[in-house]
Amino acid sequence: MRYLWFALLLLPLLLAPFPFYLTLLNFFALSALVALSLYVLTGLGGMTSFAQAAFMGMGAYATALLTVKGGFSPWLGLLLGLALSFLLALVLGGLTVRLKGHFLPLSTIAWQVALYILAGNLVGLTGGHTGLTDLPPLLLLGLPLDNTFRYAFLGLFLLVLSVLALQNLRESRLGRALLALRGDALAAASFGVDPAGLRLKAFLLAGVMAGLAGFLYAHFLRFVNPTPFSLEASIKYLVMAVAGGVGAIPGVLLGAALFTGLEDWLKDLLPLLLGRQGNYETIAYGLVLAAILILAPRGLWPLLARYLPQKEGRLPQEAPLPLKPPSGARGEVVLEAQGLRKAFGGLLAVSGVSFTLRRGEILALIGPNGAGKTTVFNLITGAILPDGGRVFLFGREITGLPPYRIHPLGLGRTFQHPHLFPELSVLENVALGTYARTRAGFPQVLLGLHRKEEGRALALAYQALKRVGLESLALEKAERLPAGQQRLLEIARVLASGAEVLLLDEPGAGLRAGEKRELAHLLRSLSREGYTILIVDHDMDLIMGLADRVVVMNYGEKIAEGTPMEVQRNPLVRAAYLGEVA
Amino acid sequence: MDATILGLLLLDALQNGVIYGLMAVGLVLVFAVTRVILVPIGELLMFAPLSLVWLHSGKLPGTLALALALGLLWALLARGRGGLWPLLGGLGLFLLFLLALKAPLLAYPASVLLVVYLGVATYRVFFQPMREATVLAYLIMAVGLHVAYQGLGLVFFGPEQYRPAPLLSGEVVVGLSWQGVLVLLFAGAAVLGLYLFFRLSLYGKALLAAAQNRLGARLSGIRPEEAGMVAFAIASLLAGISGLLLAPLINAAYFMGFMLGLKGFVAAILGGLVSYPVALLGALLVGLFESLTSFYASAYKEALVFLLLVPALFLQSLRARAVEE
Amino acid sequence: MLLVENLTVRYGPLEAVRGVSFALEEGEALAVIGPNGAGKTSLLRGLLGLASSEGRVLLDGAELRSRSPEGLLAQGMVLVPEGRALFPGLSVEDNLLLGGFTRFRKGEDLRADLERVYALFPRLLERRRQPAGTLSGGEQQMLAMGRALMARPRLLLLDEPSLGLAPLMVREIYRILGELKKEGTTLFLVEQNAKVALELADRGLVLEAGEMVLLGPAAELKENPRVVEAYLGMAREVEEG
Repeated sequence: MRYLWFALLLLPLLLAPFPFYLTLLNFFALSALVALSLYVLTGLGGMTSFAQAAFMGMGAYATALLTVKGGFSPWLGLLLGLALSFLLALVLGGLTVRLKGHFLPLSTIAWQVALYILAGNLVGLTGGHTGLTDLPPLLLLGLPLDNTFRYAFLGLFLLVLSVLALQNLRESRLGRALLALRGDALAAASFGVDPAGLRLKAFLLAGVMAGLAGFLYAHFLRFVNPTPFSLEASIKYLVMAVAGGVGAIPGVLLGAALFTGLEDWLKDLLPLLLGRQGNYETIAYGLVLAAILILAPRGLWPLLARYLPQKEGRLPQEAPLPLKPPSGARGEVVLEAQGLRKAFGGLLAVSGVSFTLRRGEILALIGPNGAGKTTVFNLITGAILPDGGRVFLFGREITGLPPYRIHPLGLGRTFQHPHLFPELSVLENVALGTYARTRAGFPQVLLGLHRKEEGRALALAYQALKRVGLESLALEKAERLPAGQQRLLEIARVLASGAEVLLLDEPGAGLRAGEKRELAHLLRSLSREGYTILIVDHDMDLIMGLADRVVVMNYGEKIAEGTPMEVQRNPLVRAAYLGEVA
Repeated sequence: MDATILGLLLLDALQNGVIYGLMAVGLVLVFAVTRVILVPIGELLMFAPLSLVWLHSGKLPGTLALALALGLLWALLARGRGGLWPLLGGLGLFLLFLLALKAPLLAYPASVLLVVYLGVATYRVFFQPMREATVLAYLIMAVGLHVAYQGLGLVFFGPEQYRPAPLLSGEVVVGLSWQGVLVLLFAGAAVLGLYLFFRLSLYGKALLAAAQNRLGARLSGIRPEEAGMVAFAIASLLAGISGLLLAPLINAAYFMGFMLGLKGFVAAILGGLVSYPVALLGALLVGLFESLTSFYASAYKEALVFLLLVPALFLQSLRARAVEE
Repeated sequence: MLLVENLTVRYGPLEAVRGVSFALEEGEALAVIGPNGAGKTSLLRGLLGLASSEGRVLLDGAELRSRSPEGLLAQGMVLVPEGRALFPGLSVEDNLLLGGFTRFRKGEDLRADLERVYALFPRLLERRRQPAGTLSGGEQQMLAMGRALMARPRLLLLDEPSLGLAPLMVREIYRILGELKKEGTTLFLVEQNAKVALELADRGLVLEAGEMVLLGPAAELKENPRVVEAYLGMAREVEEG
């Protein structure tokens, strides 16, 4: 089915009698490659780059210089071009990947402009605005690709390969991780995703893809000058991707096709309308982008996709990765918090809190609002750094480690508001949990070598769904689930990760009585199997009936610890909850 | 390099730096209140002197048509009485422009008011409807508008460079013209004015409040949309007047605004997009760096300024934790 | 004065509040109590138009269709939110003055109200020039209340006024609320500290898991064992599975 994309290769044959359209077809292939790079960066990763044209320029100029000035083979030029794009992305990305989301695009604007200026002014090197001419044609097995017909095959072939590679990416652990990152970096990190590292890799991939497009561009026109690698060009590619629908591969291709045609038409039409020469298409790009962002923020493709037949999902067939209940002696200490301290500004949120968690038990952390429970939770899971105190998991110190390092050691968490992908299937949502148990990196995924591992991961996700009783909903879209089942989905996700120690943040919030009973039933049976559970919640019914032990906090301190009954009778606890004894 | 040349370079740095500073302050203010990074601020800056040149040669500039068109869209989007203001404003603007054709002195306030109207209309028509959008989405919109406005600038004014007559002619000292002094005075007055506005008037404080806590502002009856319009108005006002004052010194052309804005950016980023004083200092630094590099390698001075971003971002990234919030 | 019919507040698929109805008389103080997570804050947010909701809300007999904090402010309904939502970089006095911003724009003089707030909260007078972000929790709560008072509210809504405050401070806050009540301000508060809330209020509403389980005079509710049960989860056990 996916190999249907190769049908695109029929287009040059169809358009052979029309050289004008053959040229447009080539431009479409090149633009589509750049638009695909934005699919990775923006559609999957939620980042933006205004410098894709600059990356193209890297690829184009590298090969131009090597072939024209150095007389080397164009394939060497390709290598250099890809290497330079990679380096540029590494520098830009490396600097900004830890910062808030808008710093990367701002830097890309600055660098795009800077590179354009350099390209125009380093006349000795780049030929300035006149550029470099007479690039040799590409030779494929002795055949020179020196006309639009032959070149279209090359361009489209590489385009189809890219599409297949990116489809692999989307249906892989990396695709899920990128999507998770764009929603909430903390949720992704709690499943073992290194946010900065993954963002950087996505940026590198996007840069290299644009570099490849630049290489192809250079050997298509056999002429290189700065104009096609300007900020306006970057905007053009961004408009293509966003207008078509940057969240889907067909979307960006649609955008590329539309705008390649439109650009040519506009270049002819606008000067006529305005009565003079000049490049006025940029006005149209800007206005179209503005209109799309306000009226159809997800682009045109989602509007069309509704009328297309939906792809049937398949249940995984492979042997699953193991989903074993924890081994190890009951009652053994699995998690220990010692003297945790955290202050925000002047306020001491958590002061000297210590407790231990033993295998197979359910511990509840309760206290009035503002008592510091969520802060303790975040300190243990690595979301924030403690000012004092230590945390040990299975005897190993994890104080100060970020969430994505703690998770693979066997600690998983859920969130107060379930962080699900509403449009993906339940199965895929659970599959995010398997991130830390799978290994495939970008090269394997892009080449499609990860399929077996992916199948096994999905099968594991299915097993986890069975464990919580949701397997019949595996192929449903997650957004259709009511709140209670979304919670169960989250637990399945955490189970799939193989974590033994489960930290649940207000799992009962927003659930009706029946749903809470189901949840408690599940948690209880999990604890019997050997899972250790730490719950933070406000629902006393749920907690008191479920927990083996309870820790009560107030004003950042632990004020009581014991069985539910002991805690309920404790006068300090009653005072904290019901108000001060006058 | 001897002392005289150094002196000239420093004066140049100061003159440019204060303008970048005003741009930076406008950018930080707009970002703080609306989370929009106002990329088109450069175009707004250039529209003022270009419109002025048009008026002075007896023609109505195309920017007027753009402003009125946006004003009409604004009126259509607003419901009820809200639509009255843009219509009245647009009408007043149009009349002012007609008068300015006869009275050259009126062209100055007319151009500035045009830019202010355009800025506010831009916010109302393009940004306000993007409810609860991310900073990134706003940024893409802003870049799109930059491209559109710059293209329109080419349509309205052509590719030529224009040199409007300076308000004050002659030189104080070699390297510093009276016009340059005017620029410095304006920058000083603007910064002082803003400082006083935010410190003394309740309106100014309301604007800061909207930036510091959106919920609290709403609960006090400060509408975020109004705050947004005021922020855009202030930034546009700064841009328009800066443009008018600067154009006699550096010429005015449709493409020049972006570079100025971009340097204002670099300065704002040096302040992390949150700090006004650091942005101002950063702007002076940018001006200094630019002057020095223009002496040694003038073709690349624009490109080199962006290199300043590298250490600034590096320092910021050291402090940040990748898993945020 | 305020009539709420069948209010349901949703966040996506989660129903935080389901079908709550009550009436509030002028000059009355009504306390909404219940365990955390019961939906008390969501109830307030739904009332004010800060969260999507269904149901009818009538103020002085007129239905409020599209509600917003700014609009309700104009009608005399002012909220003191949980977390206070102060302006940390501005001074105490500026925070207070901004509470009266809408009246200021109509040309009213805020000085008399400012004096009154300082009389109620002498600590704020001491710290009038300090940035709001440097105040202690209790002082911030006072500031938030003072800011709300600057708008001359007819109906004052408070979200967890005792949150994170030391007992002495809580007593002080509630004493001041008592004075406001005596002056005729209608009070609607959401509070986790049931004891102190029920001492102030005329009537109480108990919210549990988004639903209203009890509504009645505060004196009765204080003795009601079900209230105690709701907070400490006694007497009911989760089914063994």
